[in-house]
Amino acid sequence: MTAVVRIEKLTKEYRLESVTVRALRSVSLAVEQGEFVALMGPSGSGKSTLLNQLGCLDRPTSGRYILANEDVSRIDDDRLSEIRSKYLGFIFQSYNLLPQYTVVENIEVPLLYQGCRLNDKTRQRCVQLAQLVGLGDRLDHRPMQLSGGQQQRVAIARSLVNDPHVILADEPTGNLDSRTSDEVMQMLTKLNDAGKTIIMVTHENDIAAWAKRIIRMRDGQIETDEQNVRAKVRHEMAGEFSASLSSLLAEAIR
Amino acid sequence: MPANINHFFLLWDKSRRSFVLAVRSLWLHKLRSALSVLGIVIGTGAVITLMAFGEGSMQDALEDIKRQGATNIIVQSVKPPDDASSQRRTMTLAYGLTHADYAKFKQLDTIVGSVPMRIFKQELRELHRMHNGRVVGTTSGYRNVNKIELVNGRFLNDSDDDDIKNVVVIGADVAEALFPFQSASGKTIQLNGHDFIIIGVLKERTPLSNAGGISEDYNSDVYVPINTCRARWGAAVYLRSSGSRSGEQVELHQITLTISDIDKVRDAGAVIKDNLERDHGYKKDWLVVIPLDRIEEAKRAKDRYMMLLIVIAAISLLVGGIGIMNIMLATVTERTREIGIRRALGAKRADITLQFLIEATVQTTVGGVIGALIGIGLVFIAPIGSELIFHKNLPAQLNAQPVIMAMSFAVIVGVTFGLYPAYRASRLDPIEALRHD
Ligand SMILES: Nc1ncnc2c1ncn2[C@@H]1O[C@H](COP(=O)(O)OP(=O)(O)OP(=O)(O)O)[C@@H](O)[C@H]1O
Ligand SMILES: [Mg+2]
Repeated sequence: MTAVVRIEKLTKEYRLESVTVRALRSVSLAVEQGEFVALMGPSGSGKSTLLNQLGCLDRPTSGRYILANEDVSRIDDDRLSEIRSKYLGFIFQSYNLLPQYTVVENIEVPLLYQGCRLNDKTRQRCVQLAQLVGLGDRLDHRPMQLSGGQQQRVAIARSLVNDPHVILADEPTGNLDSRTSDEVMQMLTKLNDAGKTIIMVTHENDIAAWAKRIIRMRDGQIETDEQNVRAKVRHEMAGEFSASLSSLLAEAIR
Repeated sequence: MPANINHFFLLWDKSRRSFVLAVRSLWLHKLRSALSVLGIVIGTGAVITLMAFGEGSMQDALEDIKRQGATNIIVQSVKPPDDASSQRRTMTLAYGLTHADYAKFKQLDTIVGSVPMRIFKQELRELHRMHNGRVVGTTSGYRNVNKIELVNGRFLNDSDDDDIKNVVVIGADVAEALFPFQSASGKTIQLNGHDFIIIGVLKERTPLSNAGGISEDYNSDVYVPINTCRARWGAAVYLRSSGSRSGEQVELHQITLTISDIDKVRDAGAVIKDNLERDHGYKKDWLVVIPLDRIEEAKRAKDRYMMLLIVIAAISLLVGGIGIMNIMLATVTERTREIGIRRALGAKRADITLQFLIEATVQTTVGGVIGALIGIGLVFIAPIGSELIFHKNLPAQLNAQPVIMAMSFAVIVGVTFGLYPAYRASRLDPIEALRHD
């Protein structure tokens, strides 16, 4: 298997007036197609910084980042935008839906910037994705009219719409109660089963337990990087979800 | 080629999306949007209204001047300034244009028509009835120059003049005052002790505003042949005022000359002035009025008015633009997070710029349209109001050009003043924007 994500000696420094904050110190990491990675570590250890680097939202101070066989560590802003819209899907802690848009319109946004003309077919696909995350009866609702869990499900649908190589999630359950968190994690797990690569930041062990691989960070460096043997067990326990969802997802995300 | 077309459609999709979003947020913040485009509304409205009234009054003035005839030159007698050392208060003062001047003008080859006028106050009598009016001694040409219309009879003709006939054409008020219950035609009135036969009665004339020629209420005028006038009244006319008897001897008060070609009016004017200067010597008792010059003058005045309007428009649009810029900067700050989200989802800087530019432009365009509607409304309502309240006619002329211009300026202001906020929005760092709340 080839690595979808590969970083080599990645360093990120923030130069402030008097001090230089070294948020990432020569981090190297490879994530292969189909992995489900949890990034853990104490506050300030550089998890979000790393995820932002992986998300092509920023360029490293030094080091290389190869995403889907393309070196993206030195490309210009417009190209970075293209990379994001083609290869990446984002899920945020605070959902980050656009308040003026309906559920379907929110799911559509990445397509617009991907250079895809919006037509009945794309609209149909967005509706399908909304149905997939269980919001088929809320297509025209606005984010304000949805619960946190529902909003996060819209965000998941949105992250899938451009059929990304990698889904990046920064504390996706951070604002949710444990029951809703479980729902979201089950969904992500199903996505992973269907072949999606997921990299997720969390500082809850319960949440990290869903992942197949757990990476712990400290002071801008990777401390430990191990496979989560118990993940499969948790996985099988997630039976409440309809059995067909997995295949449906596989179909919807191609 | 297909790639290009695709590009175009993509841009179209994005613009349409931004447009819908802009309209939605405009509707969401109705009051705020209304206040922020107020400057544009007032600017556009004011320019359209002022332009219409400016154009209207200019047309009015031009119309007035044209009624005098663009190919005409009007020569008038003017009383020379009082000689302070003069003590001969009872002496007859002789000045002004003469029959000799008139004869000379007629010789000039560019002149195709000339109408002399001699005007003085006169009691008009018919048996026991009396009306204070004016006698106008003139020729048949007067009719054309002044666009005279008659209710019955005819105007003076050349044989009346040649034969020094005692005939008169009377104004509408004179007919009304002296012959209230009967037709005046064919009757006789007494002027200065002579009997005159009425050969025609004029239609009611609306007094012209004073646009150069001698302007008065024409309805109390009576018209007699110029030669008859000279024979029956003599050269001098005496006026009584506060016990002293002062006389005035003016052969002709005005001569209206018609020039063959509009291009020759200027030259003819110069020749006439030369002639008068030579013949009248030091005495500056004449005045040459060239309506054509007044047209140019009116146009210059209009240009000045337009300049003023442009300044007003520029200032109000500047103020309006600053209002838009202000609100757009606030919007960008307010929606920093949205910008971060869009950037994360793949929006390029250009996409963000386009979105906010469209938003600013939609606002100013809506403002422009509202302003235009208000302006056009005012153009129709204000004259009615002016008529009702001040009993004054307020001429207005609404042209498409200023409306289109004002509205395109509103659009341009949106683009111009939206540019900086849109640029600011596009330069935001995606990560920082996402963290913003
Ligand atoms: N824009 C920035 N300017 C300066 N310093 C920054 C910036 N962003 C992050 N840092 C610093 O980099 C370090 C890593 O931050 P990061 O946000 O990646 O931590 P984290 O692991 O996500 O923490 P948390 O669990 O609290 O979210 C911190 O010390 C932070 O102060
Ligand atoms: Mg973080």
